[in-house]
Amino acid sequence: MTPAVELGWWGVPIAVVGGAIRVSTPYLFVSLGETLTEKSGRVNLGLEGTLVMGAMSAYAVAYLSGSPWLGVLVAGLAGALLGLVHGAVCSLPRVNDVAVGIALFLLGTGLAFYLGKPYIEPSAPRLPHVSLGAWSASPQVRAALEINALFVAGAVLAPLLRWALRSTRWGLVVRATGDNADAARALGHSVAAVRTLATVLGGFLAGVGGSFLSLYYPGTWNEGLSSGQGLMAIALVIFARWNPTHCLWVSLLFGGATALGPALQSVGITSNYYLYGAAPYALTLALLVWSSSPKQALAGAPSELSISR
Amino acid sequence: MTAPAAASPPAVEFTGVTKRFGPVLALDDVSLRLAPGGFHAILGENGAGKSTLVKCLMGYHRPDAGRLLIDGRERVVVGPRGAHRLGFGMVYQHFTLVPSMTAAENLVLGRDDLPAVVRWDVERERLEAFQRRMPFTLDLDRPVATLAAGEKQKLEILKQLFLGRRVLVLDEPTSVLTPDEADQILGVMREMTRQRRLTVVIITHKVREVLAFAADVTVLRAGRRVGGGPVDGLGRDDLVRLMVGAAVPPPAPRAERPPGRLLLELEDIRAINDRGVLAVAGLSLGVRAGEIVGVAGVSGNGQRELVEVLAGQRDPEGGTIRVAGEPYRRTRRQMRRHRVSVLVEEPLRNGCVRGMSVAENLALGNFDEPPIAAGLLVSRRALRAQARELIARYRIRAPGPDARLETLSGGNVQRTALARELSRRPAVLVAQNPCAGLDVAATADIRARLMEARNGGAAVLLVSEDLDELLELADRIVVMFEGRLVHETSREAADVHVIGHHMASHR
Repeated sequence: MTPAVELGWWGVPIAVVGGAIRVSTPYLFVSLGETLTEKSGRVNLGLEGTLVMGAMSAYAVAYLSGSPWLGVLVAGLAGALLGLVHGAVCSLPRVNDVAVGIALFLLGTGLAFYLGKPYIEPSAPRLPHVSLGAWSASPQVRAALEINALFVAGAVLAPLLRWALRSTRWGLVVRATGDNADAARALGHSVAAVRTLATVLGGFLAGVGGSFLSLYYPGTWNEGLSSGQGLMAIALVIFARWNPTHCLWVSLLFGGATALGPALQSVGITSNYYLYGAAPYALTLALLVWSSSPKQALAGAPSELSISR
Repeated sequence: MTAPAAASPPAVEFTGVTKRFGPVLALDDVSLRLAPGGFHAILGENGAGKSTLVKCLMGYHRPDAGRLLIDGRERVVVGPRGAHRLGFGMVYQHFTLVPSMTAAENLVLGRDDLPAVVRWDVERERLEAFQRRMPFTLDLDRPVATLAAGEKQKLEILKQLFLGRRVLVLDEPTSVLTPDEADQILGVMREMTRQRRLTVVIITHKVREVLAFAADVTVLRAGRRVGGGPVDGLGRDDLVRLMVGAAVPPPAPRAERPPGRLLLELEDIRAINDRGVLAVAGLSLGVRAGEIVGVAGVSGNGQRELVEVLAGQRDPEGGTIRVAGEPYRRTRRQMRRHRVSVLVEEPLRNGCVRGMSVAENLALGNFDEPPIAAGLLVSRRALRAQARELIARYRIRAPGPDARLETLSGGNVQRTALARELSRRPAVLVAQNPCAGLDVAATADIRARLMEARNGGAAVLLVSEDLDELLELADRIVVMFEGRLVHETSREAADVHVIGHHMASHR
């Protein structure tokens, strides 16, 4: 074996770690947002649409204004707006949140494609990153340790959200609403208002996750950008058992699975590239099958969720 | 806290209360007077308006007419929070605790002045200091989902006291408790009223509790106040007559007959519940022809899972079921061959199709047999003919065979389910809480039908949380605790307190 090949093989785990951090960011934001929404007792399946809408609006605003951070903010606001539509429609009597979510998924992606046509060609400024790999001489290590700013924000947000759900009035009320709506009503809280607010905030986070796709990695805007990451993030919430810090670990796991294909390609294994590309989808399916049981309800599921009733 | 701890509870006068829900007059000029430190019972059947009355007081409903005087001053309750500010608190029949939260979180959650950021160290100290002043204590760190029904009831009461409520309404507080637990909790409540720390209102349909604990009573029937006053001057029969409006029908006659052959045998049945925990832990039991075996127990000790196993709704983890000596596999064919009927609890949710008509629901067991099945088709005429016959025979009050099941009252849904199961002349009948939530007339009717089936030679397994029901009907009573049978007694030797003791386990 030549030394070069040896170094190349070491490159695979390094590339997977770097890829995990890079690719996991949208999963992390969408799953944190969905965790919050589901904790209040509502499902928003429209976050795939929110993600794409966030990607488009972030790219457009960053291109037009020159500021990527303004793009992130607008992506969040666009997501919040979609969340508000979902929350408001679902507050009407006898409206099924799953059906509304699917409608909003289609609306969000369709609207983003329609409004985003002019922005496929031009290039927008990218989000900054933090380089933690300066100590290493290896370019692979350096590349892997370029941590993007949004990942750092998400990694801080996950434990913060967990703390907030446990130790703030707002968090306790959200959990009460998601677990026993009658209890929340008896306490004098408006179930519809709490759920709508949680959906708006969840939409905001998903929108921010979308901005990462167009402004950092892959860093362009096109229609195939998301390829179902928003939907997978929703499945990931179930696997993370509605626990925000678990969302962080699980997102990294999924990010690593997504990075596997490109990492292997970088060392010259190009056969079965598309098979490796399917790794995150296969992982989603496998984890959901493994963590589900026909005999028992999901542990930790908010009991007001329509999927757990 | 909303009220200073030393203040004595207020005098409450809630007069001329009228409330309509659409065309239904739920409350018609009802008045309720609560003396400070009183123990007041509101007695009535289901649907008499008891809950509506207190929900008006609690700001849940806005009454159409009526005035509220507190210590002589006129007040208006705006929403549940408005009621909290006046010092009113309520423990609902269906607990309003959040199951995934710990006891401590549930206690703190109720505070109307909950700060934006909860400092758990401070809250802990306060909760522990509070618990030291209270008559019962709980482990604050346990999630509510793991508490037994009696502990949840105590937690609900603790929560109201922690929140500084001075007038505490308990809606059917003893429906999920063993007799001993009920006596303990109501005894503590009575003691607190005697110390004038609290005014207590209990909503109940149990005359025994009114006579044993309450100082005053208001009796409601069909939305009107039909009597009441100090309990001292009233006897059991007076209260029952006021509540029911007629004499209570006598219990169904029990034919003296020796038990026949063993029809239903359960051997070492094990089943897990929805959370994956073993709920039925090796249960063995036999029921003979012509006897009713009653299974007593506090809700949540595996009764639901056991009945679901027998109904074919849940797969057991192990054990065998035999009917008439043969292994029984719970398929439709075997149910027919062995004539096994199961009357599950809450049939509207669990054993009927709410959007289908009464006739269709009555035919769920035999629509695929002649005469209703005509080749591949269903004969609507035969379906309706069967329905008309059963509606008349079982006195189901329905607009007609084509009425949707969900438009019927609870008692008539139960009668429909019972008619469907009994019309197949079962050899083995399993029934769970068949009279829960029904009025006295419907209860008497359904109990008589069960007794009739037993007298006719059926083996009846009656799983019930109502001890009085078991004492009236059963030939033998077994007690189920944590998925096992822990006690067995014959009808003659049955003693409420011994059974209650076993229901609470021999820990």
